[in-house]
Amino acid sequence: MRVAQLVIAAFIFAVPFTAQAVEVTRVISPGGIEAWLVEDHANPLLAMHFAFAGGAELDPPGKAGLANLAASTMDEGAGELSSEAFQQRLTDNAITLRFKAGLDGFSGNLKTLTDTEDMAFEMLRQALTEPRFDTEPVARLKSQIVSGIRRDSENPGTVAFDALFKGFFAGHGYAQRSDGTEQSVAAITPHDLRNFVATRLARGNLKVGVVGDITPERLGQLLDSSFGPLPAKSDGVHAPEVAAQATGRVEVITKDLVQSNIVFGHGGPKRDHADYYAALVMNHILAGGSFTSRLYSEVREKRGLAYSVGASLYPLDHSGLVVGSAGTANARVGETIAIIKNEWRRMAAGDVVQQELDDAKTYITGSFPLSFTSTDKIARVLVAMQVNRLGIDYLDKRAAIIGAVTLADVKRVAAQVLDADKLDIIVVGKPEGVVSKP
Amino acid sequence: MTRTPQILVALLALASLAFAPTTVQAQSGVFNPQTFTLDNGMQVVVLANHRAPVVLHMVWYKAGSSDEPKGKSGVAHLLEHLMFKGTAKNPDGAFSRALAKHGGQENAFTNYDYTGYYQSVAADRLEMVMALEADRMTNLVLDAADVATERDVVLEERNQRIENNPGARLRIEAAQKLFPKDHPYGRPIIGWRPELAALTREDALAFYKSHYAPDNAILVVAGDVDVQDVKRLAQKHYGPIAAANAAPRTSLITDAAIEGGETILQDERVRQPGWSESVLQPSYTNGNVKRIAALEVLHEALGGGATSRLYRKLVIEQAVAVNAGTYYDSGARGEGRFMFHASPQPGVDLDTLAAAVHGEAQRLLDHGMMDGELARIKKRLVSAAVFARDEMKTGAWTIGAALAADHPISAVENWPEHIRAVSEQDVQDALAAVLAEPRRIVSKLLPTAGEGS
Repeated sequence: MRVAQLVIAAFIFAVPFTAQAVEVTRVISPGGIEAWLVEDHANPLLAMHFAFAGGAELDPPGKAGLANLAASTMDEGAGELSSEAFQQRLTDNAITLRFKAGLDGFSGNLKTLTDTEDMAFEMLRQALTEPRFDTEPVARLKSQIVSGIRRDSENPGTVAFDALFKGFFAGHGYAQRSDGTEQSVAAITPHDLRNFVATRLARGNLKVGVVGDITPERLGQLLDSSFGPLPAKSDGVHAPEVAAQATGRVEVITKDLVQSNIVFGHGGPKRDHADYYAALVMNHILAGGSFTSRLYSEVREKRGLAYSVGASLYPLDHSGLVVGSAGTANARVGETIAIIKNEWRRMAAGDVVQQELDDAKTYITGSFPLSFTSTDKIARVLVAMQVNRLGIDYLDKRAAIIGAVTLADVKRVAAQVLDADKLDIIVVGKPEGVVSKP
Repeated sequence: MTRTPQILVALLALASLAFAPTTVQAQSGVFNPQTFTLDNGMQVVVLANHRAPVVLHMVWYKAGSSDEPKGKSGVAHLLEHLMFKGTAKNPDGAFSRALAKHGGQENAFTNYDYTGYYQSVAADRLEMVMALEADRMTNLVLDAADVATERDVVLEERNQRIENNPGARLRIEAAQKLFPKDHPYGRPIIGWRPELAALTREDALAFYKSHYAPDNAILVVAGDVDVQDVKRLAQKHYGPIAAANAAPRTSLITDAAIEGGETILQDERVRQPGWSESVLQPSYTNGNVKRIAALEVLHEALGGGATSRLYRKLVIEQAVAVNAGTYYDSGARGEGRFMFHASPQPGVDLDTLAAAVHGEAQRLLDHGMMDGELARIKKRLVSAAVFARDEMKTGAWTIGAALAADHPISAVENWPEHIRAVSEQDVQDALAAVLAEPRRIVSKLLPTAGEGS
C-alpha cells in the first residue's frame, strides 16, 4: 500500500536525525593537539576520553600485565602528591580520572564539574608525566590484580575466551592476557612502569574526544597543559598484523559446573575492510540482534537451550574475528553446537532474504542514537571514530553507509567470512558426549 | 535516496533544535519530574530531557518476587520472560520485531519488589511502544509449549547466575538466615529450583491477572518528550484499561526472630575468599529520612571507596585486605540493609579480617569524624546529583524503583537536602545503631579445606 510504504521509507531514511543534530568540532590547540568536541552546556560538567595507540599486546614476554598495572597505578600518586593525597583530592572534588589498558590501546577518561576543570586537567597532567609508582600502591594494586587473576581462573567465560585467543594468536601479543599471570605481574618493576610511561604515551599516538560545558578556546588551553608535556612521538607502538589461526578444533576444559560455557569463533573482517558494514548487517541477522537473531531464535526461543547466546564481529587493530558464546546445560552442549553450526552454514550458503536485510539495517541505524544519552558515552564514540579513522562526518554518513548494503553484499561476505568447519570451539564445563579434537 | 519526504525535513529540523546547546536553569530537585495519575489509578512520571531525540519508556509493576504466593517462587520472573510471548493483536514476538524494525532496544527486569519493562527508541515512536506495552498489560496469550520452553531458558539462566556461581549460592544461604522463615526476602528472585521447575501456565496467568493492572503500575517516560503529549498518549492507550482494585500489598516489615549467626560456603572453585556482614537497617518504608541520610554518609565515610576509612586501614595501612568497603540499600519495600565486606590478602583468615573491620568501625564510634571530613563527604555526595542528571536514564530508573517500592518521589528529589542536613552526631547515632542491631548475618566464602584461606 503506497501510503504505508512512504511512511516506512520515511522511518528508514528519517533515522539519521542524530547525525544532523550532533555537531562535532575539530579543535586544534595552540600546541597542535587535536581533540573532537561536542559542546553541550546543559549541565555544568564535561567528560573527556582519550586513547594512545599500543596496548597490552605489546607487553614484553614474561611481563604480561605491564600496561594494565601502569593503568592501575598512574592515578596512585603523582608529583608532590602521595597515593592517598592524590586519591583524596580526586574524591573530594568529584573528579573521575581513570586509565585502562586494552589489547590495542591505552586509554583513559576524565570527568569533572566545570568549576573544578583546572584541577582535573592538572591532575591528569601529573598522572601522565609525573606518576610516582611508590612501593606501597604498586604492591597493593599488584595484589588486587593477582586476586582478580585468581578469580578469573575459575570464571568459565574468561577461561574459555583465553583458550580461544591462545589458539588463534599463538606467538602474538594477542594471546597474552592483558592483566597477565601471577608470575608475570610479580616480575614487573617500577623501572618497567616508568619506562612504559616515558616511551609509550606520546602526542603522536593520541586521540581525544570531549563532550560538555567547554568552548574550543578553553579546551585548547587545557589540552596543551595536560598533554603538551608528553613527547612528540613514540616508537614501538605497533604490533605485527596477524591472521587468526582457526582450524575447527574443539577443546574441552573440564570443570565441575552445572552449565557449560561454550565459546566459538574464527577470522573476520577488520574495521577498515571494504565489506565491514555488510558483515555487520550479516552478523546482526545471524547472531547479533538480541531478541531477533537466528541464533537467539533457534537456540533460546524455540528450544530453550540457553539463556545467553550470540556472536559479534570483533575487529582488532591487527586482526579481525567473529566470536560468539552460549551457556547451556552439560547434557545439551552437543545439540547447541550442532544448531549453531547449522545456522552458520545456512547463512554461508546465502540463505537470507531482503526483508531480513531491511529489518537489520533499520535496527542498526535506528538504534545508534540510543547510545547518545550521556556526555561520557558520546566522548567515547568520538575517540572510537578517530581510532578507527571513520572521519569527522561519520555520524552524518553512517546511516547512508549502512543503507547502501545490498543483499548481494551480505551473501558475498557471508560466503567469504563464515566457515562452520573452521570454527574453533572451546567448552568449559562437563559437556556430555563432547570431546577435545585438536 | 532521491527524494526527501516532508516528514524527514520536519524531523531533522526538530532534531537540530532539540540538540542545540541550551543552558538549563538550576532547579531545586535532583531530576525535577512532572507527575500525574490517570483516572484508573496509573501513576505517570515524565522526565523531559532534550539532549538527544530519544525516549525511554518504562512500565514498572508493583509486583516482584516478594509478592509471589507461597510455593510458587520464581513465577514473577518467569512471567517477565513470558510477557514477550505475545498477545492476540501482536502474537509470537511481533512486539520485539516491530520495535527492532524501528531501531528500538528493549529489556525487562525482576526484583524482589517490582517487575519492569522498558524500551529505548526514537522519540517520535513513543506512541508505538505505548500501544504495544498497554496491549500486553492485560491481553497476554500463553500456550503450554511456550511456558515449557521459557521455563528451560530460566533454568539455564539460574545455572549461569547461581549454580555456576559460589558467591551467589552463599548470598542465598545468607538471606535465609537474615530474614525470618518464609520471608520473601529469604528466597532468590529466580525461585527455588524445584518450585521453578514445576511452574505451570496457570501459575503464570494467575500471577499476571492478580498483579498486572494500571492501578498497580507506574509509567515513566524520559527523554525528548513534552508532558502534555505524554498525558494525551497515556490517556489514549493506558486510560481505557480498567483498574483492578486489588488488595493492598502485605507489609514486609516484621519483628519475627531470625536465625542470624554465620553462614559458610566452601567450594573448590573459590580462588579469592570473601567475608561480609549484613545488618538490617531502616529503608524508606520504615525509617525516617534523617537516619537514612546519616547511614548514607556513614557508608561513604566508612567504606565508600578508595579514600574511605576501611580501605585506608585494611587495604593500605595494615595490608590485610585486597579490598574492603561497605554498602547500604535504603530502597527496599521491606527493611533495608547495611553491609560490611572485605576480601583477605593471602594468609589472612576471615576472623582476623572481621576483627579489623569491627575495630575500624569502633574507632569511628569512639573518636568521631575528623575536622572537615563530614563537609567533604557531603559536598561529594551532593555533586553526584549533578552527574546523575547527565545520563538521561538515571532519573527514570531511580524514580521508577522508588515508586515501585512504595516510596515517595521526595525520597529522591529531596535527597541532597537530607544529605546537607546530616550532623556528626547523626552519623555517630547511625553507626551505634548499626553496631547494636541484633539482626545480622556473617557470610564467608572459602575454598575447600586444605587449599589455604
